[in-house]
Amino acid sequence: MSSNQPSHDDDHLVATEDLAPTVHGEKAVDLATGPARPGVPKKDPILVADHITRSFGGVHAVDVDHVEIPRHAITALIGPNGAGKTTLFNLLSGFDRPDTGEWEFNGRSLAGIPAWKAARRGQVRTFQLTKVLNRLTVLDSMKLGASKQKGESLLFSVLPFTWRAQEKQIEERALVLLEKFRLLDKKDDYAAALSGGQRKLLEMARALMTDPEFVLLDEPMAGVNPALVQSLLDHVVNLKREGMTVLFVEHDMHMVRHIADWVVVMAEGRVVAEGPPQEVMKDEAVVDAYLGSHLDQDIGVITGRYDEEGNRIP
Amino acid sequence: MDWGQILNNTLSFMLSTETIGFMLAALGLAIHFGYAGLLNFGMAGFMAIGAYGYAISILSFGFPWWAAMGVSIAGAVVFAVLLGIPTLRLRADYLAIVTIAAAEIVRLLFQTQLFDEWTNSADGLGGYHASFRDANPLPAGSFTLGPWSYTSDQWWARLFGLVLVAVAVLLVWLIMRSPWGRVLKGIREDEDAVRSLGKNVFAYKMQALVLGGVLGSLGGVVIALPSAVIPQYYLPSLTFFVWTALLLGGAATIFGPVLGAVIYWALMAFLSGVLPAMAGEGWLPMTETQAGYLRYVLVGLALMLLVAFRPQGLLGNKKEMTFVK
Repeated sequence: MSSNQPSHDDDHLVATEDLAPTVHGEKAVDLATGPARPGVPKKDPILVADHITRSFGGVHAVDVDHVEIPRHAITALIGPNGAGKTTLFNLLSGFDRPDTGEWEFNGRSLAGIPAWKAARRGQVRTFQLTKVLNRLTVLDSMKLGASKQKGESLLFSVLPFTWRAQEKQIEERALVLLEKFRLLDKKDDYAAALSGGQRKLLEMARALMTDPEFVLLDEPMAGVNPALVQSLLDHVVNLKREGMTVLFVEHDMHMVRHIADWVVVMAEGRVVAEGPPQEVMKDEAVVDAYLGSHLDQDIGVITGRYDEEGNRIP
Repeated sequence: MDWGQILNNTLSFMLSTETIGFMLAALGLAIHFGYAGLLNFGMAGFMAIGAYGYAISILSFGFPWWAAMGVSIAGAVVFAVLLGIPTLRLRADYLAIVTIAAAEIVRLLFQTQLFDEWTNSADGLGGYHASFRDANPLPAGSFTLGPWSYTSDQWWARLFGLVLVAVAVLLVWLIMRSPWGRVLKGIREDEDAVRSLGKNVFAYKMQALVLGGVLGSLGGVVIALPSAVIPQYYLPSLTFFVWTALLLGGAATIFGPVLGAVIYWALMAFLSGVLPAMAGEGWLPMTETQAGYLRYVLVGLALMLLVAFRPQGLLGNKKEMTFVK
């Protein structure tokens, strides 16, 4: 279906059911070692975090005692606004330093490691407010993403013959990814000329150029038109199929339910619940923290993105 | 009005060592600002370090001219690293404030009585030319090429400067079309995005700061080659003249700084001839001396108009300009 989307469907209401990913990966089950509860150990965690705190002027933005992210699965990080999701993201990816805390990625400590080193270890992130490189072409942005480039050292940069072959390989990889993300015909445009949704796609594709093991997506669907949401969902599911681990922040419960294997719920800086999506939605703490008094209503309705019948409000 | 003399003077300035030095300094600024997005408002400091490093090495320590030039380069590297360590982690605007202050500190250190023994304080340095002139491969005498007529030593300084420019242009062209240059341009656009892709942004910015600073320092050396080193020359206004030359040609271009320097100095020479002449004819309501200074007003005005209406400069990419933040 993602291959024959209508190209102009701004006036077309996409029903909730249509938002399911069209590629159906097996949902990963049985990820935890015990019954679902906050901080439950995972059978094969890719990331283990302990005692992470970060406060801004007396406000405890993040206060996570223990959390593990399962490998080869899609984990959703949800919670109301101000729950500390993005702050946790920034801490885990090295863009911010915690007041206290230790965390391990693939068994190696990442605490205190700058963002670029974390990325080199195979943990790449995207941003809630998309960061595209405006005055670089789409293809250049992609090529920039590739890691271990010889020509990126000043010494070798003046000797084109030392990096030309690698550059060609990188370009080929970039073109394959651009094709997948349907940006191939934009490859020579400046990134600034892309639409909001295309920027999200470019950012994700660019992140994949680093050949990551663990992908952190901060609200990948925010502000994206429904037709693109569909293909973004497919891309996220595909990441798992290709062996990557995904952690994403999202407000839209429909998407969380459709693609997440595991859900971690944050509220006021703490992990208040975690578990498989269907179970978490029933959890008392989640209901209190997130759904509040609108327990019987769909989250999409509360956020104003869906009407009572489950139709998306444009 | 003597048009012939004004034009002659204008043409002669297009090949002055000052113009050639500006080419190098503006090219350094192109690396800083055009490619890496570093707002360096302290280019005069780098130029002063170049000129003083060269003159002091020869006068006080008896270095040959080429070793003195090495001292200038080393001085610029040290200055760039000292500037970069505290400021490159900050936002670009803070770098601008720190660089302008640092350049003034450098100038005042060269001007103070404290180091009179080496710097000759406010009187500046001269008479360091023998070593460079001894290396002159040109035959003695005077040569004329088109509108340019110079002595052998004057030609030697210009030719040497132009060779430096050619090497610098080639180098900048090579690195900016390489993956290294791509990372730098990425940093200019959004350094967090580049950081998230596993690049050591700080190291790249430092390399860019050092590289551009060295070019600025060499520009200072070339300007000082046939003349003298006077501390008052390295005022902050010098930095802004280099900026004008850069923005005139195009900040994110290779040949823009070269072209910009030529046009800037041709314009300055033309105005400094034409404005007093106009005042002398009674066309301007001021004395000839006042009219001469009017050129700085016009340059300031040109800089403002340029930034507002043609930010990409003469050689810049129009498409890139469309997306100026």
